[in-house]
Amino acid sequence: MATLETVAFVLLATLAVVSALMVVFHRSPVISALSLAFNLVSIAGFYLFLNAQFIALLQVIVYAGAIMVLVLFVIMLLSITTEQGLHRSGRVQRVAAPLLSAACAGVLVFAVARGSEGEAFVVSSADFGTVRQVGLELFSTYFYAFEAISLLLVVAMIGAVLLAKKRL
Amino acid sequence: MELEPLLISFAKIFVVSQVLMVGVALMTWVERRLSAIIQYRVGPNRVGPFGLLQPIADGIKFVMKDETLPEGSHKPLFVLAPAIAFVTALCAFSVVPFGPVVEIFGRSVDLVILDLDGGMLFALAATGLGVYGIVCAGWASRSKYALMGGLRASAQMVSYELALSLAAIGVFLANGTLRPTVIVEMQAGWFLNWNVFGGFQMLGFLLFMIAGYAETNRLPFDLPEAESELVSGYHTEYSSMKFSMFFMSEYIAMITMSALTVTLYLGGYNPGFPTGDLSGWALWGLQIGSFVAKVGCLLFLYVWVRWTLPRFRYDQLMHLGWKRLFPLALFNLVVTALLVAFDVIKA
Amino acid sequence: MAPQSMLILSALLFAIGVFGVLWNRGAITILMCVELMLNAANLAFITFARQFDQADGQIYVFFIMTLAAAEAAVGLAIVIALFRLRESTDVDELNLLKW
Repeated sequence: MATLETVAFVLLATLAVVSALMVVFHRSPVISALSLAFNLVSIAGFYLFLNAQFIALLQVIVYAGAIMVLVLFVIMLLSITTEQGLHRSGRVQRVAAPLLSAACAGVLVFAVARGSEGEAFVVSSADFGTVRQVGLELFSTYFYAFEAISLLLVVAMIGAVLLAKKRL
Repeated sequence: MELEPLLISFAKIFVVSQVLMVGVALMTWVERRLSAIIQYRVGPNRVGPFGLLQPIADGIKFVMKDETLPEGSHKPLFVLAPAIAFVTALCAFSVVPFGPVVEIFGRSVDLVILDLDGGMLFALAATGLGVYGIVCAGWASRSKYALMGGLRASAQMVSYELALSLAAIGVFLANGTLRPTVIVEMQAGWFLNWNVFGGFQMLGFLLFMIAGYAETNRLPFDLPEAESELVSGYHTEYSSMKFSMFFMSEYIAMITMSALTVTLYLGGYNPGFPTGDLSGWALWGLQIGSFVAKVGCLLFLYVWVRWTLPRFRYDQLMHLGWKRLFPLALFNLVVTALLVAFDVIKA
Repeated sequence: MAPQSMLILSALLFAIGVFGVLWNRGAITILMCVELMLNAANLAFITFARQFDQADGQIYVFFIMTLAAAEAAVGLAIVIALFRLRESTDVDELNLLKW
């Protein structure tokens, strides 16, 4: 008997897979980018399923709201259209790509199916996924990683500005 | 799946969305009459008493107009774009607490649609997704002016989102939480308890308001849709109902930003003086009334600023966002953090 | 709902991302498929965090998201620089070092 939860999960999973396929197969890069944004929001829906509220909201704000807007900008400003679509691959690629990705999917699904048979979610604590829990962990156990990643962001900013400049 | 909380939620959603729609209609009237007073003329006063039925006349006009679909435009996105802008603007209002916990027919109802733990992040996420409506509108129109307008508008919105979020973080530090209901509860009592006074968030309040004007594409930041600049920016090719959806989503965004400012800085639904022994619907009516009054004051400010100040040029706008507001927001964050660390603000 | 269904979905999305990287020739589309792969990994991390009721998985996702943002910014800057040179984003045209 399908509960509401299962129905919602199947619906969300279908949306995620269909939008992922549209990212890969669609001719127009703008539609690919918009499908990816939709996919990211549906993944945020999965995070909400798993009680990870803070990460779900961060996913929408950072990934769907900032990164994908940046990608859309670049696509539109460079006027990359379907004529430059370049979605037809070479002969080796046409054979290798489906085989390799099918092999990858096969290995991963087999490993997952074998490894997590019969496992179930524990009842999550009331604190799980809240801002407080993530924040406390971030600033205590993972403090050095946090500082390192802020340094990395500064480096990436400088790099991006320099790489895109017309004259140094 | 319990039915009763679901029905209560649906009732809340229905009430809030209808009130917002009426609010939008009222705002169009307020804008035209106020602009008339500022410009020393009479606004619309023919339709109904004081012209109050003017929004209805406007609505009928919009429905009757001819819908155009430009040839060569991307039809699905062209139709979807105003819907995206509209829905995200509406969603952002769902975390605003417009009243305390009231008792209706024996059930206690919390007057907020979504009481999330990371509530204010949801509002920021929804306004962030509103950018897609503009980008899609600009691109799907397949017109140079629309594309440039759309790209400019989205660059502006993304840039000022930074200043908006950083200013809001000052409030989260001062109150120690992201939950809007708790933020409002911590501003109870005398109006000196409000975050803008007692929480030392004066600079944050100013930054949030200015960034809010830029987020909603209102003057002085409305270059993307200015009529004399890029024809009409990203909604050049839109007509009739689709255009009016953009129009409505702009007003809803205005109301939402004002409501968020009131919640974060101006005490939410607290009336600003201790209410002592008042209880029941007297107290709750006072609280809901003071929320509506405060939002109304901020909306008046929106209209006043629009018809007083000239608009920014695009490079001035970006300069302001990145080189002035962003460092000021960081400064506000550091100062607030120091004040909390030295117990000046009791978080 | 079991962890298994989430992890199978994550594996599927990852495989779609791999296929996209191998199949496409436009640089920006390839970048977007890499983002798909990163998101599939994020989903797996959160599933495990929920399965054992720990915060660590969420922290890793936080860092992966930040890294993905930095990588997208730098990658797009490189694409812009290459576009100025070649007037196209076809990765097969980046063959100046070919013998």
